[in-house]
Amino acid sequence: MARAVSTRTRIAWTALAWAIAFLMFFPILWTILTSFKTEAEAIASPPNFIAFDWTLENYGVVQERSDYMRYLWNSVIIAGGSTLLGILIAVPAAWAMAFVPGRFTRDILMWMLSTKMLPAVGVLYPIYLICIELGVLDNRAALVFILMLINLPIIVWMLYTYFKEIPGEILEAARMDGASLRSEILYVLTPMAIPGIASTVLLNFILAWNEAFWTLNLTSVEAAPLTAFIASYSSPEGLFFAKLSAASTMAIAPILILGWFSQKQLVRGLTFGAVK
Amino acid sequence: MGRITLNQVSKSFGETQVIPPLDLTIEDGEFAVFVGPSGCGKSTLLRLIAGLEDVTSGQIEIDGGDVTDVPPAKRGLAMVFQSYALYPHMSVAKNIAFPLRMAGMEKADQDARVARAAEVLNLTDYLDRRPGQLSGGQRQRVAIGRAIVREPAAFLFDEPLSNLDAALRHGMRMEIGELHQSLETTMIYVTHDQVEAMTMADKIVVLRAGVIEQVGSPLDLYRAPRNLFVAGFIGSPTMNLIRGAEAEKHGAQTIGVRPEHLVPGDPDGAPWSGTVGLSEHLGSDTFLHVHGTGLADSITVRADGEVPLRHGDRVGLTPNVERIHRFDGDGLRLA
Repeated sequence: MARAVSTRTRIAWTALAWAIAFLMFFPILWTILTSFKTEAEAIASPPNFIAFDWTLENYGVVQERSDYMRYLWNSVIIAGGSTLLGILIAVPAAWAMAFVPGRFTRDILMWMLSTKMLPAVGVLYPIYLICIELGVLDNRAALVFILMLINLPIIVWMLYTYFKEIPGEILEAARMDGASLRSEILYVLTPMAIPGIASTVLLNFILAWNEAFWTLNLTSVEAAPLTAFIASYSSPEGLFFAKLSAASTMAIAPILILGWFSQKQLVRGLTFGAVK
Repeated sequence: MGRITLNQVSKSFGETQVIPPLDLTIEDGEFAVFVGPSGCGKSTLLRLIAGLEDVTSGQIEIDGGDVTDVPPAKRGLAMVFQSYALYPHMSVAKNIAFPLRMAGMEKADQDARVARAAEVLNLTDYLDRRPGQLSGGQRQRVAIGRAIVREPAAFLFDEPLSNLDAALRHGMRMEIGELHQSLETTMIYVTHDQVEAMTMADKIVVLRAGVIEQVGSPLDLYRAPRNLFVAGFIGSPTMNLIRGAEAEKHGAQTIGVRPEHLVPGDPDGAPWSGTVGLSEHLGSDTFLHVHGTGLADSITVRADGEVPLRHGDRVGLTPNVERIHRFDGDGLRLA
């Protein structure tokens, strides 16, 4: 028997859900609103919520002062490149772990995941030194490689859980039908795993896009992505909340729009194969 | 051609030996059925032949050539899986053409072969559909189509009908039988259903715990089961097994009488008698489950046509003496 839920209870829960959602979204909303205020209104107390003089001035200043497109392009290259590279490595790796597991497959998976538990700052020094040694500080290719390594455990884990859901008999049928290992992965496994691969790509693109620790520490000018763009508006010249907000809004807009259009895939990705 | 020979083939998973070394030959063009209860190793044996599992020891030959270390695709065999194992993202036509595409065949030749297979299997109208849009029987036919187009040396079927309902199963059984007759290609068919085995096979291989209990034609197995296991497994309803004094009268530890070799009649003067427990009236046959005979808990009788006996009626049973099977203390058939 279905549980009887009274209309009043349903309204209460819905209101609560909206309230929590609003609370979570509020900082972003506030940032967007602030980006349309003057610097004076931005720090006004009590704060002015809607009734202020809307202005696009901050966006103009921000665009004038720094080359938004260059940061955007770096973000696209770094997030896209690291995700693509990660997928190319992770698909065969996850295939091997899901369909020809060895004695240590589980351990390897756990070990890979455990690297995510290490605080990033713990390896900042060695990686920084390696980058200096190799002359790749402030280098997009280096960041692509580093972010790929950082997100690889998650990519492998996600693909592994998706691949586990694909019946092994289908791959055996492909083998009987004369498919080489390459054809098996290319023509049978990958097309069947497209939804899983898509959500993995999406989630990792977002993770790489938002990654701030390494991008801030290892870049300065040439390879600096949008995270550095935002950071450049924080401190040294005093507090410019409105301009900082405008920069932030410009930085998060692409990923926000991408996320909005791919909500379904994202939810599937975030539930990590738990929901079949 | 498709003569398959297993020489001392064995398989272990870790420490567990699932198939002790065995020898078996399947002749070219033969329809061989591996039958046995679940877990008897019949599917593993098929997968060893297919190359999907590696043998632990021994040798597998196809037409005299050693294929023990040859990968599945190069053995010239085609397999139909229990789950059909169709490629869900491809149309029926692409599913059937997949092995040809993998072999690098010209597109025009592929299409011609697919069209021919689709015609044989009544799939012409469904070529553009995806497997998800087909019924179970149609999916099974696509799986068979994918096997046919390769023109393999032998077909391997792994419980192909167990996902179908009873009516469809009967139809597909006949289709596969007819296919075998028209293609004259070796087929190896795995099932736990002894009716499938009896109706389809030229040769039945009865397996238990990885060991071949008996190999022979369906009627060989029916007429002369080599031991109690085969006696109990082949035939439906199962053979009545009787121990004790009655068996000793026939110079055996156990005797077996098939339900169809018992004639019900007047209790007076019949060698055995009892009370009808359950009677099943099918019209063509009547099954009687007789209790209180002093021979076994229940004796099953299969009588032709309609027999007007009901629950609680007394009945006499006369066995066909020539068709009594005798087994010794080890369960082996006595000549």
